[in-house]
Amino acid sequence: MEIDKKEYGKYVKKVTPAHELWKDMLRAFVTGGTICTTGQVLLNLFLAYGMERDAAAAWTTLCLIAGSVILTGFNIYPKIVEWGGAGALVPITGFANSVVAPAIEYRAEGQVFGVGVKIFTIAGPVILFGIFTSWALGLASWIGQTMGWL
Amino acid sequence: MTEELAAEKRNHKMYGRASVMFDDPPYILSAASVVGKKESEGPLGTCFDCIESDSMLGRKTWEQAESELQTRAARLAVRKSGLSGGDIRYYFGGDLLAQLIATSFGSMELELPVFGVYGACSTMGEAMGLGAMTVEGGFADNVVVTASSHFASAEKQFRFPLEYGNQRPYSATWTVTGCGSVVIGKRREPEREYGGRRDEEEILRAAAGADEKRAGEKTRMSVPFAKIAGITTGKIVDMAVRDSMNMGAAMAMAALDTVLRNFHDLGVRETYYDRIVTGDLGQIGKRLLTDYMAEAGYDIAERHLDCGILIYDAEKQDTHAGGSGCGCSAAVLCGYILPKIKSGEWRRVLFVPTGALLSTVSFNEGQSVPGIAHAVILEHAEEKNG
Repeated sequence: MEIDKKEYGKYVKKVTPAHELWKDMLRAFVTGGTICTTGQVLLNLFLAYGMERDAAAAWTTLCLIAGSVILTGFNIYPKIVEWGGAGALVPITGFANSVVAPAIEYRAEGQVFGVGVKIFTIAGPVILFGIFTSWALGLASWIGQTMGWL
Repeated sequence: MTEELAAEKRNHKMYGRASVMFDDPPYILSAASVVGKKESEGPLGTCFDCIESDSMLGRKTWEQAESELQTRAARLAVRKSGLSGGDIRYYFGGDLLAQLIATSFGSMELELPVFGVYGACSTMGEAMGLGAMTVEGGFADNVVVTASSHFASAEKQFRFPLEYGNQRPYSATWTVTGCGSVVIGKRREPEREYGGRRDEEEILRAAAGADEKRAGEKTRMSVPFAKIAGITTGKIVDMAVRDSMNMGAAMAMAALDTVLRNFHDLGVRETYYDRIVTGDLGQIGKRLLTDYMAEAGYDIAERHLDCGILIYDAEKQDTHAGGSGCGCSAAVLCGYILPKIKSGEWRRVLFVPTGALLSTVSFNEGQSVPGIAHAVILEHAEEKNG
């Protein structure tokens, strides 16, 4: 029995259920919003205790990362992502999760070849292309300034 | 005898292009299943022999845990058959991990000659086919066939670390933590069952009431689970599916190909079987298989079951399309299908484990995900008098 691959692909798409976009977006909004509000509350607290703005921002970031790391260790963060999707993945807490998860998983393969080599398997591309993009923008900015356009 | 006739006589076990029907069918003497906690909470929870609530099985890594699954299931299967390790000639085993490490380390302690088999999640079908041919061909009197998978080791190898948060699409399946193991051998006549001086002595003692319980077990064990009437080996079917999270779609047409091949080779229809049981097609794969089978002129909807759908409660257990992995079809076969064949509820079953052939390398290099399916014809073993 010959089956056309294109026809099959179309039929597969038809019978495969898809996620509901609006529900997912709402959940992501609520989750992401909650994480960002927590950050804002922390920042205000640090400022209220007389911290410099820069220092307060740094401490806020640290607290969010620490929170994510602890929740990852207790296997709670994956459940938050499962519900909230990108709302939990995009903030810095998601980035922390993507670094800590491989560290825990690959610990059994040793400190160097396990943790050392594989800790950035998920976050690696973000770091690489993040740095590359900032370098490219920096170059553009420098050219713009030397040419007197900016 | 003409040459043609001689050739025909030589080839009388070969049916069609890819099927074998045994002259002297080997029997499944015993079956054992070991599963994890999530599987025990599913609809088939009470069917399995052994439930491991510790997902590490007392070992240090996920890979070791999967090996432990194999060791335990194989040991249990041998014990249930009433044989000892020395009666087993070969071990046919397989799993999903790279270089088959769960099988290597899992079979090591058994100290049996080993054939490592890889057929992705179709491994149990492939290994049973090879094991059955080995026994029927007279190359072994008893063999053990085992296939395993572990949720955590599979996630780690094919997807992400367990603690990494991500969302699974509805087409995704949940890798079963489990292992199924069967002992395949020639049927032992009651007198042969107790052949050998040691066994004779045991019977005498049992008859004298010295070891009643043991004798009872032995008698029960002498009834095989099923007869392996034949096999149909599948070919690799590529439908250009590129979504590794929709393996049901990748495998459904391989199952279709093997089932149709089986019908064609044997000259039978779907009504020949009480049940056609696929491995881990899941909800989407099941739909695709039944729809395309209908298009080919066979209505299998009533008699089709899928191990991946049977093992979990998709609603309550959040497993999406169903279960998957070598251990899925192997454990469901040993815990659910074989007992039903043994009791005679099902007289003839076509067991078709399905596999998606991919690695993270082939996938990242842009290759599609082809499928494969191997069929084993299982029949109820009639009680023998005497």
